[in-house]
Amino acid sequence: MELRQADVVWLDAHCECSFAELVQLSGLSEAELRELVDYGALAPKNPQEAEWVFSGDILVTVRAAVRLRDDLELDTQTLALALTLINRIHNLEAKISDLQAQLPHRLR
Amino acid sequence: MKYKDYYQILGVERDADTDAIKKAYRKLAHKYHPDVSKDPAGEEKFKEIADAYQTLKDPEKRAAYDQLGRHKPGQDFQPPPDWAKQFGDTQFSFDDVDLADLFAGLAGGRRQAGQGGGFKMPGQDYEITAHITLDDACRGTTVELNLTVPEYDQHGRLHRVERSFKARIPKGATDGQRLRLRGKGGKGVGGGADGDLYLNIALHPHALYRVSGHDLYLDLPLTPWEAALGAVVEVPTLNGPVHLKVPPGTHAGQKLRLARRGLPKPTSGEGDLYAIVQIVVPTVLSERERALFKELADGSTFNPRGHFEREMKNGTPAS
Repeated sequence: MELRQADVVWLDAHCECSFAELVQLSGLSEAELRELVDYGALAPKNPQEAEWVFSGDILVTVRAAVRLRDDLELDTQTLALALTLINRIHNLEAKISDLQAQLPHRLR
Repeated sequence: MKYKDYYQILGVERDADTDAIKKAYRKLAHKYHPDVSKDPAGEEKFKEIADAYQTLKDPEKRAAYDQLGRHKPGQDFQPPPDWAKQFGDTQFSFDDVDLADLFAGLAGGRRQAGQGGGFKMPGQDYEITAHITLDDACRGTTVELNLTVPEYDQHGRLHRVERSFKARIPKGATDGQRLRLRGKGGKGVGGGADGDLYLNIALHPHALYRVSGHDLYLDLPLTPWEAALGAVVEVPTLNGPVHLKVPPGTHAGQKLRLARRGLPKPTSGEGDLYAIVQIVVPTVLSERERALFKELADGSTFNPRGHFEREMKNGTPAS
């Protein structure tokens, strides 16, 4: 799915976001984005290829990290750490919500 | 214009140096940043802190702020007569402006003048949570959103304005899902592109269903005899009731799957509906029920706790 062209896009694992789109939509520079990938904070779906593609759902996380960078004056390494931790929190929250959905009503 | 005490907001003295101001800001920002804090009032609080810091960290803006004099927070006031001439432009009206916008505008106005007039600026992106029902998620819906946003007027000055706009959410939404609506954010200025609208979908809790991705979970209360003997029971789904076959020997906590009876997915397909079995006994027994249960108790050899004894015999070490 071409994120820049479509008027309405679900930002989920089915939607793909190119390197250029992520730069344009996140507020990161190209160099910062490459650095975050180098630190392992962001993983392209196709790390071996020249034209990186990312899962569309990371856009929201990256935008949150960029807000933190701007508001708290973080350097890229700290931004990478924040991004890793935000991702981990999102994953844990999703797991908790899945498990809560499976708990019978009386036990919640 | 209402006065805001930026020093008090940051909890610093009026003669605090830039380092102390920065430190106070960071401490408060860590606590209230909306991407960190779960406090519902955090966003508003953070905005106040950020506004205060933006003004006090810049020596020029801080000097301009100090010359407004000291007033009580929330008190209506007018800047001293020569203030506008010194720091802003004299055409400025102070009546309908927020203090933070005034200071943001100071820098904007000067930058614009330096560039000799017209400027181009992309519109702001907005992020907002849209609360919708399960039915809305299934069918798609249009939500009306209200937002107070900073917008530049034709002179490049910031104003906070109430904006109300409609956004179409296509079917396929679920809790926590994000949607990007291109060009539905703030208006660009001077030919700049319009910003985007990012919607965070939040589903209202439903009385019967709990949501996990596009799957739904439903508690299915069964009588002990329905669970033991098997039964066909009616189960409500989003598209009307269906009959579900409960196999004999069904136990509590078992998940019975109704394929494709969950929420529709954005592109194609649907999630599943899981009925989670609960075995429920009547709290008040009739004479007849009591007699039947008694008969069952006397006649049954079933022992649900047989494994307790086996495990203990197998030598589970005592602590």
